[in-house]
Amino acid sequence: MNFKLKIWRQRDAKSQGAFETYEVKNISADTSFLEMMDILNNDLIHAGKEPVAFDHDCREGICGMCSMHINGHAHGPSQAVTTCQMYMRKFEDGSTITIEPWRSAAFPVIRDLVVDRSAYDKILQAGGFISVRTNSVPDGNAIPIPKADADESMDAAACVGCGACAATCKNGSAMLFVAARVSSLAKLPQGKVEGARRAKSMVAKMDELGFGNCTNTGACQAQCPKSISIAHIARLNREFLAAKLQD
Amino acid sequence: MSCFLTNSSVGKKLVMSITGCFLVLFILFHMSMNLAMLFSPAAYDAICEFLGANWYALAATVVLAAGVAVHFIYAFILTVDNYRARGKQRYQVTVQEKGVSWASKNMLVLGVIVILGLGLHLIHFWSKMQLVEIMGHHASVVGGYEVGATQGAALMMITFSKWYNVVLYIVWFAAIWFHLTHGVWSMFQTAGFANDTWYPRLKCLANIVATLIFLGFAVVAVYCFLTSTPQLIESLLIA
Repeated sequence: MNFKLKIWRQRDAKSQGAFETYEVKNISADTSFLEMMDILNNDLIHAGKEPVAFDHDCREGICGMCSMHINGHAHGPSQAVTTCQMYMRKFEDGSTITIEPWRSAAFPVIRDLVVDRSAYDKILQAGGFISVRTNSVPDGNAIPIPKADADESMDAAACVGCGACAATCKNGSAMLFVAARVSSLAKLPQGKVEGARRAKSMVAKMDELGFGNCTNTGACQAQCPKSISIAHIARLNREFLAAKLQD
Repeated sequence: MSCFLTNSSVGKKLVMSITGCFLVLFILFHMSMNLAMLFSPAAYDAICEFLGANWYALAATVVLAAGVAVHFIYAFILTVDNYRARGKQRYQVTVQEKGVSWASKNMLVLGVIVILGLGLHLIHFWSKMQLVEIMGHHASVVGGYEVGATQGAALMMITFSKWYNVVLYIVWFAAIWFHLTHGVWSMFQTAGFANDTWYPRLKCLANIVATLIFLGFAVVAVYCFLTSTPQLIESLLIA
């Protein structure tokens, strides 16, 4: 397969970026999107040009590092997968593929397709944890947890924190990410203890970092590579409002 | 409680949700009131008289105006916040995501159309009815007729005898329909009363409420356009 790639190139955070067009040829349909990018970079290096910088790590769809906006979709046109898990057979032979970095004020571009997503880390540090004494390992079954609650918690915990939600949202809102983190802990007895404080401090940090306000379009859940439901946003709203009303 | 309603994203959204809910309830009430016109213009005039410049109607008008103002001002504050959060550099390629309604992404534009329609509506009706009474008068001249402040039926017949008014109002009702198909279920989501089981139900409820409101208002405007004659207007004014 042959493709024309229109890729955003930007030297550093302060430089003005622009699109550049490249061609890749003889790509197998079973090549993953990131492997195709590797082939492009190999060609660029051989031609004495700067390779395209892009984020990636596990390439198994679990780390959330890959982060490209491909043909108008966060993580590309495949449903419920990260960029690394998407294959070139998904694209039409000979087509032009437009690749852009995440666009959100809270995710500034560092270089080419790489953005600074440390804003999500800061939100997590604000309350996305449980405080426990480090001691001997407790019995996993000591606290009974209803299956439905455990399932819902696990669904929320599937969030890989890739930033696709805020990058997709027309409001640049990080609500789906914050909701997934709050929800995964709120459904478990261990997490409930700090529930009120967690919801308040994570929302406060999210607002402070300049993320936008959720208007319930649902675009985030449509583009989320882990299909996190906006039902978790409803739970975050409940947790936050209940906590505020108790103040 | 401090002031989370003004300084947190979720709090500001709650204000939108509560004021929105209040406005939907008012619109449902207004629509039910208008339906009286289909059965008895005299009954409609009786309602207009009951809701004239009495203290309770005036108090309700002030609360209603405050509701509209807060909903509108917050919408602008939230939109400016969101515009900033989106950043200066935009995507070159965008798509309509699966399951995302057009209305949900255009609530401000729809809201502005609704407000413009509201302005027209206030000029057409409120300024000829409650405002006239507040100013201490009893009647005003509309389309060559002297219409009493409580003669709502005649005023409606005069206004909707003109086809362009009917078209403008239908466009306005359509904007309200789009706004409510997203707004009604969204207010439950923002207040936290939603989950995956309830989304289809809430969205269905939103469509029902929006459609009822559209049809309820539109049918009265069209009915007036079809039945309005100078003789009928004269007879309503004498009554």
